[in-house]
Amino acid sequence: MLKNRVIPCLDVKNGRVVKGINFVDLKDAGDPVEQAKIYSDGGADEICFLDITASNENRDTIYDVVEKTSKKCFVPLTVGGGVRSIDDINKLLNCGADKVSINTAAVQNSEVVLESSKKFGSQCIVVAIDAKKNADKWEIFTHGGRNKTGIDAIEFAKKMEDGGAGELLVTSMDRDGTQAGYDIALMSEISSKVNIPVIASGGVGNLDHLVDGIKLGNASAVLAASIFHYGKYSVKEAKEYLDSKGIPVRI
Amino acid sequence: MNVTIVDYNSGNISSVINSFQEVAKDKVNIKVTSDLNKIKSSDKIVLPGQGSFKSCVDALNSIEGLVDTLNDFVTGKKKPLFGICVGLQMFADIGYEEKETKGLGWISGKVLKIDNYNGKYKLPHIGWNEINIVKESKIFRDIENNSHMYFVHSYEFIPEDKSVISATTDYSSNIVCSVENENIFGTQFHPEKSDKVGLKIINNFIKL
Repeated sequence: MLKNRVIPCLDVKNGRVVKGINFVDLKDAGDPVEQAKIYSDGGADEICFLDITASNENRDTIYDVVEKTSKKCFVPLTVGGGVRSIDDINKLLNCGADKVSINTAAVQNSEVVLESSKKFGSQCIVVAIDAKKNADKWEIFTHGGRNKTGIDAIEFAKKMEDGGAGELLVTSMDRDGTQAGYDIALMSEISSKVNIPVIASGGVGNLDHLVDGIKLGNASAVLAASIFHYGKYSVKEAKEYLDSKGIPVRI
Repeated sequence: MNVTIVDYNSGNISSVINSFQEVAKDKVNIKVTSDLNKIKSSDKIVLPGQGSFKSCVDALNSIEGLVDTLNDFVTGKKKPLFGICVGLQMFADIGYEEKETKGLGWISGKVLKIDNYNGKYKLPHIGWNEINIVKESKIFRDIENNSHMYFVHSYEFIPEDKSVISATTDYSSNIVCSVENENIFGTQFHPEKSDKVGLKIINNFIKL
C-alpha cells in the first residue's frame, strides 16, 4: 500500500537555514546540509528546500547546498524558490536535486512546465500553487505571495496537470505561518479535481493538522516547516502519530 | 572491480551516482560514461532511466554502437546489469509511452500504463510503497519482506514469463517492481532514493 508522506521543509537564504532547528546537539544550526541529514535520519520521506535568497548574486549558494545534501541524504530532495527556466532546473538536477518546484514561472509562462516535463520527465516537476481565498474561490499569488494574479487556483491546478506537472504543492496563503492548520477546503477541492498527487502546505501548528490534511484534505503528502524547525515535534513523532490515527506511513 | 553507470542523457542521474559512490567508498571503482570501450571492460553495468520509455530508448539509440555494446555485455558475455526505473522497463520488447517503441528485448514483455481505475488511483505512483518479495533474488540479500521503497512512475513492466518477477508492489493491482533473470537485475523503484534499505540493495549488486 502506498504510504502518505511527511515532508519537512527548510527555508534557505544565502546558503543558510533561516529558521533553525532548536536542537542542542547541532554543531551549526544554520547549516542546511546538517539539518537535512537529521530529518532524513529521523524518517523524513522527502526533504524540501525553499530558497528564499533575495538577490541574484547569491543564487549560486543553493547549488552548493543541494550538491552537499545529495551526497548525504538518500531520500528524495525537492528544491524550490527562484526556479525560472529550463537552465535553472537542469542545474539543480545536476547538483543532485530529484525534483524542482516551480511557482511564479509556471504562472507567468506555463510553457516552462510543459517543456521541462518533456525534457526531464514529469516525475521531477512539482508545481507550487500559492492560493488565497477570495469570496467563494481561491486566487493564485506569485512572487512569494506578493502579487495577485486573478487566476483561479482550481482551474490553474487542472491546467498544470494537463501541462505535465507530476505533483502539486498547494500552499494556503491565508494559513501559512498561522499554525491554524491547512486550508482543508482548498486541499480537498484541488485533490478531487486532479489525478496527480497533492502535497498540502501552509499552516501546520500541531500533529492533528497533519492528520486532517490527509484524512479530510485528501493530500498524498503533508509538508510542514516550523513545527519541525523549532523542535516542537520530530519527524518520527509526527509519523508515529499519523500511524496511531490509522494513516498509512513508512515507519 | 569496475562498475559503470551508463550516462546516455537519460535525465537526472546524479542521485544514482551519489548512492553508488556512497556504497562503493574506495573499494570499488564507479565510472560514469557512455564510452563503449569503458563499458565493455566493466565488470558490471548500471542502466538508469528517467522520463519516458521512448525518450530513453531514443537516447540509447542516439549513441552509436551503445545498444550493440549493451547487448553483447548482457546476452553475449552474460555480465551483471542493473536497470533502474525506465532502465528496467527497457528490458521489455515494447513500450507504449508516447508511442509504440521497441525496447531492448532482454526479457520478453511489454510496458503499459498503470490501470488507475478511472482516476481512483493517482498517477504517477509517487512515494513509498512496500515490496512483496516473491522469489529469492541476489539483490534482496538481507532485505526484509515488506520493506519500503521509493517509487515514481506511471507505467509498469509486464513480463511474459512470470518466473522472472522477484518482487511486486500493491498499487491498484500487483505491479511488478523487481525482476531477476540470470545476470539481469532491475527495479522499478529507486534504490538510490530508498534510504538505508535502498543502499543495501545497491551494495548487494556491487558485491555480486
